[in-house]
Amino acid sequence: MRLSEHTQGRPYAKHASRIFTLLCGGATWLCVFILLLLLWNVFSFGWNSLSWDFINSYPSRFAEKAGIKSALVGSLYLIALTALFSVPIGVGTAIYLEEYAPASRWRTLVQINIANLAGVPSIVYGILGLGLFVRAMQLNRSLIAGALTLTLVVLPIVILAAQESLRAVPGSIRQASYALGATRWQTVWQQLLPAALPGIMTGVILALSRALGEAAPLVAIGAATYVRFLPENIFKDEFSALPLQIFNWTDQPQKGFHEVAAAGIVVLLAVLIGMNAMAVILRYRFSKNKRW
Amino acid sequence: MSLTELALGDRPTSMTETSSQEIPLRVSSAKTRKKNLRSAAEIAVRAKKVETRNIDFFYGSNQALHGISLDIHEHCVTALIGPSGCGKSTFLRCLNRMNDMIDETVVRGDILLDGVDIYQRGTDVVELRKRVGMVFQKSNPFPKSIFENVAYGPRVAGVRKRGVLDEIVEKSLRQAALWDEVSHRLNDSALNLSGGQQQRLCIARALATGPDVLLMDEPASALDPKSTAAVEDLIFELKDTYTIVIVTHNMQQAARVSDQTAFFYEGRLIEVGATNELFTRPKEKQTEDYITGRFG
Repeated sequence: MRLSEHTQGRPYAKHASRIFTLLCGGATWLCVFILLLLLWNVFSFGWNSLSWDFINSYPSRFAEKAGIKSALVGSLYLIALTALFSVPIGVGTAIYLEEYAPASRWRTLVQINIANLAGVPSIVYGILGLGLFVRAMQLNRSLIAGALTLTLVVLPIVILAAQESLRAVPGSIRQASYALGATRWQTVWQQLLPAALPGIMTGVILALSRALGEAAPLVAIGAATYVRFLPENIFKDEFSALPLQIFNWTDQPQKGFHEVAAAGIVVLLAVLIGMNAMAVILRYRFSKNKRW
Repeated sequence: MSLTELALGDRPTSMTETSSQEIPLRVSSAKTRKKNLRSAAEIAVRAKKVETRNIDFFYGSNQALHGISLDIHEHCVTALIGPSGCGKSTFLRCLNRMNDMIDETVVRGDILLDGVDIYQRGTDVVELRKRVGMVFQKSNPFPKSIFENVAYGPRVAGVRKRGVLDEIVEKSLRQAALWDEVSHRLNDSALNLSGGQQQRLCIARALATGPDVLLMDEPASALDPKSTAAVEDLIFELKDTYTIVIVTHNMQQAARVSDQTAFFYEGRLIEVGATNELFTRPKEKQTEDYITGRFG
């Protein structure tokens, strides 16, 4: 008896498979197409305004003279400070939850809350930042206040990514370390963190990329859009950021500013691509000798 | 000269004299092995290294061990055999408290190492694990160099001097019969070694902390026959220095390497005795059924 004698019921299986492949492929190409369209639109619109002068000038009332210097520097400061705050807190939390906290209702509760916090709209963190950092802690509209607010936004993402990376380290490595008489501290520092590092770094950089693109929480804490100086005191000076500056320019009635905004988007994209490339390179470099 | 000896005439009986360049496996002849196996009387005269008294073990509400009392004698190989899920690995992991790492487990009863209860309050688990080393079923080298793998135990114990580390690493690798194969590439990643080499590296790593007792959880089950023979020969040589407890699914292996065998079934210790006797004249019906392959 041959199987084929009993398969008359599925004459379309082959076609169904082909159609499904086409649908999935189509979905992928649709994404690529939309992305390319977007890039083409932004580039063709902003190309003329893009120059060294644009990057090296402060904002202006005149579109031709407007530049992005203070916003770019502000954004770089913000990212660096946000990384400074979010990495130790986020990775520390992840280590505690994964390696130290005993299974309990308390841990489950914290875990669920972190997952939920990752989904909270960033404007909500902005309002929290306004109340907590700007007003209560009297940090005003300084870089520190902005970075702390962005830290709130990215912290859940950093924690989840770090937890995921720690969980991906095989249990056999932990067991081997403990069985050799290593303490928990030694196991974490000498085995788990080095093994989880590529994953943690990728997560951190992706989270920071998100922070780089956030405008809403900065609007909420009242960050400025017209800053004609570079911040000198991170606790006091007002600052601007790329998405804020772009948002401000698109809001202007003059068409010239729309072109400047497009050029600003190109700069923002370049920084983002740079960060993502860094994530890929770091991941590759650190994971070369890791396989289980 | 018997026929067998004629047939095996040109097979090297011990690799220690001849070059150990190409064959990692040190073939000990059946004869030396027989001689090395200890009889019940010989086992009994040796001091009790580990004594367990009425061990009950629970995973949550699930009882995995029921009143296990077993003595492990110094410089003997004790094999734990039994079908899957009979509790032999759980028992093994009680001996260095690796079960502590699993949430919601409870141990009752006493486990004495050199007469001292290892579950009493204030026991330094880290210290205990340095004295009771462990080798796992699946070789689990760290994603580091061969040297760093072996040096990890001494390092976490606080050894800093390079010279001392070098010495420990060489000694441990020699004991694990791996030195000749890796001495020229100690800085290579341990992950580039073959499966059998990795397992011997894990044994060397466990030896480097200078343990008294070595626990082996099916150390050869994932290895090919040649590597298995190498590991078995190793166990044979190590027992003069260490006290070894080995969990195995392979009854031939238990018969080959162990002096004493304990048969576990459904969380209970059914029978324990000198390996020669247990395999030839089992006292219990269940033991007999198991070793003759009627179940399990």
